[in-house]
Amino acid sequence: MKKENFLWSAVKTGLIVGVVAIFICFVGMVEVFSKRDVIEKLITLGQFVLLAAMFSAGFIASRHTSSLLEKNKPVSNLVAGLVAGLFTGLVLALLVVVGAEVNLRAVFLNATTTLYDVLTLDKGVGNVWILPLIGAVAGLLGAASLLLPQILRRPITQALVFVIFMAFFSGLFRVVMINQGSDMSKAAKYLFGQTGLTLEGTLIFFLGVIAVSMLWSYKGKDIQAGVTRLPKAGRLSLRVIVYALIAYVALGLPQVSGPFIAQVIVTVALFVLMGLGLNITLGFAGLLDLGFVAFYAIGAYTVGLLTSYGAFGLQHIPFWVAVPIAVLVAMASGAMLGLPVLGIRGDYLAIATLGFGEIVRLLAGSDFLAPFFGGPQGIIGIQKPCLGTLGPFIRVDVPRVCNGLELGKPQDIYYIAVVSAVIIAFVAWRLRESRLGRAWMAIREDEDVAEALGVNLIQTKLLAYMLGAAFAGLGGAIFATLIGSIFATSMQLIVSINVVSLIIVGGMGSIPGVIVGAIALIGLPELLREVSEFRFLLYGATLIIMMLAKPEGLWPSQATRRELHHTEVEAGVKA
Amino acid sequence: MSILNVENVHTYYGNIHALKGISIKIDKGEIVTLIGGNGAGKTTTLRTISGLLKPREGSVSLDGQDLLKFKAHEIVYKGISMVPEGRGIFARLSVTENLEMGAYSRTSKQELQQNMERVFTLFPRLKERRTQVAGTLSGGEQQMLATGRALMANPTILLMDEPSMGLAPVLVELIFDTIQQINKTGTTILLVEQNALMALSIAHRGYVLQTGEIVISDTAENLKNNPTVQKAYLGME
Ligand SMILES: Nc1ncnc2c1ncn2[C@@H]1O[C@H](COP(=O)(O)OP(=O)(O)O)[C@@H](O)[C@H]1O
Ligand SMILES: [Mg+2]
Repeated sequence: MKKENFLWSAVKTGLIVGVVAIFICFVGMVEVFSKRDVIEKLITLGQFVLLAAMFSAGFIASRHTSSLLEKNKPVSNLVAGLVAGLFTGLVLALLVVVGAEVNLRAVFLNATTTLYDVLTLDKGVGNVWILPLIGAVAGLLGAASLLLPQILRRPITQALVFVIFMAFFSGLFRVVMINQGSDMSKAAKYLFGQTGLTLEGTLIFFLGVIAVSMLWSYKGKDIQAGVTRLPKAGRLSLRVIVYALIAYVALGLPQVSGPFIAQVIVTVALFVLMGLGLNITLGFAGLLDLGFVAFYAIGAYTVGLLTSYGAFGLQHIPFWVAVPIAVLVAMASGAMLGLPVLGIRGDYLAIATLGFGEIVRLLAGSDFLAPFFGGPQGIIGIQKPCLGTLGPFIRVDVPRVCNGLELGKPQDIYYIAVVSAVIIAFVAWRLRESRLGRAWMAIREDEDVAEALGVNLIQTKLLAYMLGAAFAGLGGAIFATLIGSIFATSMQLIVSINVVSLIIVGGMGSIPGVIVGAIALIGLPELLREVSEFRFLLYGATLIIMMLAKPEGLWPSQATRRELHHTEVEAGVKA
Repeated sequence: MSILNVENVHTYYGNIHALKGISIKIDKGEIVTLIGGNGAGKTTTLRTISGLLKPREGSVSLDGQDLLKFKAHEIVYKGISMVPEGRGIFARLSVTENLEMGAYSRTSKQELQQNMERVFTLFPRLKERRTQVAGTLSGGEQQMLATGRALMANPTILLMDEPSMGLAPVLVELIFDTIQQINKTGTTILLVEQNALMALSIAHRGYVLQTGEIVISDTAENLKNNPTVQKAYLGME
């Protein structure tokens, strides 16, 4: 077979990336992102996305060239990158030219004049030649990045990623730092602008990360060795210091961050709770459950019914008493789901559990059960947790007064959610190392063999469903008190899908993976308001990329890591 | 006095009559082999003994105790362990974890440690690879692991389903040597094989199974010289 010419391959890459870029334009991402800056007055997020596309075109073409020629030939690589970037730019330029003549908006709603302005850097259609030029330069840089020696490439990549990260969250950092008083506030204004990083800030972050990274690659080994050489007591106290530091930051965070970030963290913690729950049923025991939101709903409704002073509140018991009851009720419903589906395996299990989730949601929101669950009106007036005693229980429709500290704000719920997540993560970890945990994994691997070795399948599977449900129920219970009201419409199938996705992205069966997955899939989109509009598009893209590039997840469990022979590499990076 | 007693057992898969009234008796300390071609019902026999399948008729008893009234997961507590067909190792768990699962029915930590040592002496290869994930072991090592795992339960009877399947001749020799060693320490063995020559060379007695029925039962020596067996299972004319 004749090998493809590398130039032709670069042209193809450029065209394909160009089409992808047009797609990104047409879904409206570029325009929405243009309202945010990466570097203030210099480059917007929208332009950045397009630049990244051109850069990637160059990188991909360069890598492809190396594999076609079976070695790096700098000149060919650079030419390929340049050509690919050029063609990506040409495709986009074509879009601008065509768009100026024909009204594309009739079909593509997002093909606005603003989009064209963004593409031509506000210089008008006459200056459209700028696009392929920028494309060629970006492609060239992309190609060059492949040729960099490892020692340079890693710090530069890390610095770029860090700068982008800081740019994304510059608003948050700015607010947090400004709240700290005048010195911090000055620093904040120096580093972060209104809509993105300042040029100074960008340079400081970029160079700073490069310096640290270089230092680490020269001295990192020594530091590691130094730590391992420490006497046992020394290492222990080092660890204690690190934990204490983490605890200190975690305790102080909601005070400095304000309600918005606190609420985002609570949401992440709630998804961590659900994720840890599903990680038991799916990750450990291998039982797929697509109706997991049902247990969240059951936990939330139980707390609602037991504490609400709205029309449907049955009781006014304190939140702290309602929570364990909610967990038990969720657990019982886990058994109720588990019993009928015990004998079902694989695909059928997915459908059956999917049905369960939908049934719970429909029942909770139905007119039929409205006298009990409020139907579409939901349950409102859910009590806030109270540290102290509650006033006497006089009338059902009057809130009981909290004699003590009422934990009403998201910053207060933060502590409940985070502490719960930490405790449950610990419980999940102990469970995994337990006899029961081993039995779950044996079932996941081979049911028949597990049974022959003495594992009681019915009992073990039921426990997986019940404990998974209990964790999710706890999440739901906290959710109810955070929002103060619950509606069946917030218990959509998409929540279950989110939980499954975060487990996959984090790494199936891995407890830190659940946390990383929840931060990546739930936390980041919440923080980046611009992005949330395209959440599902990015979700889909992330999942596909993950499956192709890192199927074991962001933070895989030990076993998966061992299986994929990453042990040494991973340990080296993490330690 | 036989220790395992299978009598007139009929097992079905839905309408398929897989075992048509088979009877097998095994004495304490014996190696008994069950030979037969593909689909004869060998695996079905072992799954019936270990409780994974319930026969419609007949009885299975161990030391005079009726086994049919126990659930599959309770059988191992009675002293029966199985090395399943195709090895059935837990691919994503480590070697040690697999062995620990084998001792699931034994709760004492000390016993677990002792059994683990015993398995490691029997299969030094497993000791070398104890942290490795089981799915990445070679076929022979996986067979050792499946055998070791079954031994972790300290069985009185070990059921083995075609341990030679898919292994190179050298490894088959090694596995069969170990089977003999295990037997010498007092474990009774029911060995299911298609490789009749190897099986008969280490067994004391044997049964020939054909489409769900026992057609011949004799000492291993006599079976080797039996013309029908020679023709059908030993490839001699
Ligand atoms: N799960 C099953 N469902 C239906 N029939 C089965 C099943 N397993 C085995 N059989 C049938 O039972 C018979 C005996 O099978 P098996 O015990 O696996 O044979 P062997 O182990 O001797 O090769 C075969 O005819 C096979 O087709
Ligand atoms: Mg078989």
